Amino acid sequence: MSITEEQLEEMLSRYPDKVKKNRKKHLILKNSAEACQQIEANTRTIPGIISQRGCAYAGCKGVVVGPIKDMVHIVHGPVGCSYYAWGTRRNKARADDTTPPEKVFTPLCFTTDMQESDIVFGGDKKLAKMIDQVVEIFHPRAVSICATCPVGLIGDDINAVAKAAEERHGIQVLSFNCEGYKGVSQSAGHHIANNNLMEHVIGKGTAEKNPDDYVINILGEYNIGGDGWELERILKDIGYTLNCIMTGDASYEKIRNLHIADLNLVQCHRSINYIAEMMETKYGIPWLKVNFIGVTATMASLREIAQCFNDEKLIERTEMVIARELARVTPALEQYRKICQGKTAFIFVGGSRSHHYQALLRDLGMDVVVAGYEFAHRDDYEGRQVIPTIKSDADSKNIPELHPTPDEELYQEAHVHLKMSKEKYDELSSRIAFNSYQGMIPEMKDGEVILDDANHHEVEELIRMIKPDLFFSGVRDKYIVHKMGVPAKQMHSYDYSGPYAGFNGSLIFAEDVANALVTPAWKLVTAPWEDQNRSRSDSNA
Amino acid sequence: MLECIPKEPVEHTIGKINPAKTCQPLGAMYASLGIHGCLPHSHGSQGCCAYHRMHLTRHFREPVLASSSSFTEGASVFGGAANLKTSIKNVFEIYNPDIMAVHTTCLSETIGDDIPNIIKQAEVPEGKVVIHANTPSYVGSHVTGFSNMCKAIVSYLAESSGTEKKEQVNILPGFVNPGDMREIKRIVGDLGVPLIMYPDTTGVLDSPLTNRYTMYADGGATIESIRDSGNSKLTLALGSWSSDAAGNLLQEKCSVPGVPLKVPIGIKATDDLIMAIKDGFGVDVPQSLTIERGQVVDTLIDTNFHYQGKKVAVFGDPDIVIPLTEFLLTMGMIPVHVLTGTPGKRFEKEIREMLEEAGITESHVKAEGDLFELHQWIKDEPVDLLIGTTYGKYIARAEDIPLVRVGFPILDRAVQPLMPIVGYRGALRLIEMISNALLERRDRDCLDEDYELVL
Repeated sequence: MSITEEQLEEMLSRYPDKVKKNRKKHLILKNSAEACQQIEANTRTIPGIISQRGCAYAGCKGVVVGPIKDMVHIVHGPVGCSYYAWGTRRNKARADDTTPPEKVFTPLCFTTDMQESDIVFGGDKKLAKMIDQVVEIFHPRAVSICATCPVGLIGDDINAVAKAAEERHGIQVLSFNCEGYKGVSQSAGHHIANNNLMEHVIGKGTAEKNPDDYVINILGEYNIGGDGWELERILKDIGYTLNCIMTGDASYEKIRNLHIADLNLVQCHRSINYIAEMMETKYGIPWLKVNFIGVTATMASLREIAQCFNDEKLIERTEMVIARELARVTPALEQYRKICQGKTAFIFVGGSRSHHYQALLRDLGMDVVVAGYEFAHRDDYEGRQVIPTIKSDADSKNIPELHPTPDEELYQEAHVHLKMSKEKYDELSSRIAFNSYQGMIPEMKDGEVILDDANHHEVEELIRMIKPDLFFSGVRDKYIVHKMGVPAKQMHSYDYSGPYAGFNGSLIFAEDVANALVTPAWKLVTAPWEDQNRSRSDSNA
Repeated sequence: MLECIPKEPVEHTIGKINPAKTCQPLGAMYASLGIHGCLPHSHGSQGCCAYHRMHLTRHFREPVLASSSSFTEGASVFGGAANLKTSIKNVFEIYNPDIMAVHTTCLSETIGDDIPNIIKQAEVPEGKVVIHANTPSYVGSHVTGFSNMCKAIVSYLAESSGTEKKEQVNILPGFVNPGDMREIKRIVGDLGVPLIMYPDTTGVLDSPLTNRYTMYADGGATIESIRDSGNSKLTLALGSWSSDAAGNLLQEKCSVPGVPLKVPIGIKATDDLIMAIKDGFGVDVPQSLTIERGQVVDTLIDTNFHYQGKKVAVFGDPDIVIPLTEFLLTMGMIPVHVLTGTPGKRFEKEIREMLEEAGITESHVKAEGDLFELHQWIKDEPVDLLIGTTYGKYIARAEDIPLVRVGFPILDRAVQPLMPIVGYRGALRLIEMISNALLERRDRDCLDEDYELVL
């Protein structure tokens, strides 16, 4: 079911010349004979193309900052931005030992609800007063302010408002200049959020770690449908101390104490690699790219993490947990695998899942025919080694870069964090790729299509050409693809199911996918009176 | 659930906590989808368009296509003219709609892009149409945006060819579901009067799954029929927040007299719709409608003890909440909290008048309120039933109140957009939903010995 260059050319032929020239660079047919296939990514969206992308505000508030559960997040803007990000991304949160139920604000939506007069005369005063009221009513541990499109244009100084409010209330008030027009996609918002959290929150906590513990963070894990909790279950069973899942179900205090870990695990590279890098520079904490999606990938990641610490017992315990989990989930997985085996999949998600889920789909015997990202950068496609060759263009150059330096008190060499000698660490580094990510393309097979910033035309044409058995994307694509006769599963929201991560997640995903494939209604699409294959005698039977 | 909400009343006067409205462009996008062969276009940064498409998709569980000018920081500073012109060129070449309906966002409104001028300079292919509405997100709500796009449709398309008006009625249905629009068309059809309805999202946002997919669904009001609406004898503008502006413009521009009516929810509002057509066209009301009406009255008499005297809180869009409250009073229920997120003091006046007429005093009534406020009211004075959108489910759980889902959006239950709440049939459905919610609660909560077979 592979696709040819000619077919791709045919798909592009609909475009005006300028568009065609542009889009051609965002499409690759995987060919391993070519040493390093280059894709264009993270460039501006073509106006009118019907892209799937969102904005910097969504990347900052909706993705990274919003899940921090005991902060009140005030969206400074007209009502829409706050409203659409209210309850729609399933970053689950709950009360725990450090966060009582009355300090969990995740189900709420706060907006300054700017009116015409605020646009004309400025909204600073309204914002300041809203902070005062909200602090008075809810007593949050900290407050965030997220800017939206008009805020930058009218010149509201949210940073000054935040600073003054911080002084008035004695709690931290963070301001994020994440206006929707910044950068070219959600990605700019990730970067803006990373910078601000790194500069003003991470490292400010005073918690201390037990030197005997193996303390880890999972970075870029937002606990969609409870993914983070499934990982917590597995990692705690093995014996790790899970310091913080960033930012799914995270509390403000945990983000402040993010620096007390020995190792950072990076699940979503795109959204959090900035913090991973900066923490490595500032505190010497090494990071490891992991993938907890799919049984095979989860096992490989767990084994790699265990290798990172110089402790045979940890390795032993890892194998025990793996064996226990495998014994538990394999029989059921095999049943679903029978249904999924040999089926083809088209995946188009934001900036990381299109890669991670390939491992799970291949576990189930499925072939990936097209994979793409809305807003990933070249390093997510091609691997981090290409970063020095990425040119920052006019649209993204206004996103600030932070350059932290090693912390005078807290910096420790990686081998000290990992409780081993320098020699041992150097030897380990030759086997384990710390601080590195190889990207999605190397894992794909020849003839598979890689697609950046797909638009409606391309999705529709590719579906017609390939007729995949399953389409994985977002809610906007889902019902379009259904009308084309192809089952679609949402890979952002998991169609309100989950978790999909870890061992339990694999099982739930397999069941969901198998159900989508065997839904009886797919056989009813053609009405009997419109069925050309049905003869008169059939209908009499 | 929502343990963070304080138990005692608090000072909340600035901004919104859990808003009961969203912003203009969403309504404009929905209205545009009610034109056949139309691609809505959002002139702003692409996040808005992504969010609006998602939100409409979640409510209808149907494809919602729209394009965006995809502003960058440069365009935000120097103006979005080039982005819009490029969009128009690309959209017609790649997606070939009959018509593009452009709306704006807070971004393009704040920088002051002159849309009509940009459209004039754009390359619009022969026979194709581009219309626009200004929909600043910092004014009004999604209902205002719907109204603004309806007005733009009249402004760009409706034409009057002469003085002789045709025996046909224009219906501006208001911000309602395709299931409601279908029902309104059926009722007017039964009265035997030809009608032009726009926006008309039937066949667009309730389309079937067959083995044939086209980007532009079969439904929607055709450009031709909208043009012809200038020749109609009468316009019925249903819901003043949604439809008055368009109805007034149609009267002004094409001399089609307009009758402002409520969205026909409940017996009285449906009676008014039917009488307006009977009076306007001199038709007889068929026996079938008399039977339908009588069935609702029969049901109200049969079931009044399920709901009469119960306290109810209602929230949603003003054009829905006003006739819905009227019907709740018909049912003998007591609306103690009535709220909309959309601004407009007339809402409070109209609700207060009907409450007063029913002898109900001391209810909370508010326009431009939010759900935090509604929750505080409910804590202060508990109710037996909550009626509103999906966002009410958090209050319903926190306070253990049954929720009847009515209005926009309903994100957590299916089928509703296909089923009417308007007309006599819709009234029966409302009675059924309300009655069932209260009876389910009674069955759940009562002692074993009080558990009844027949209710």
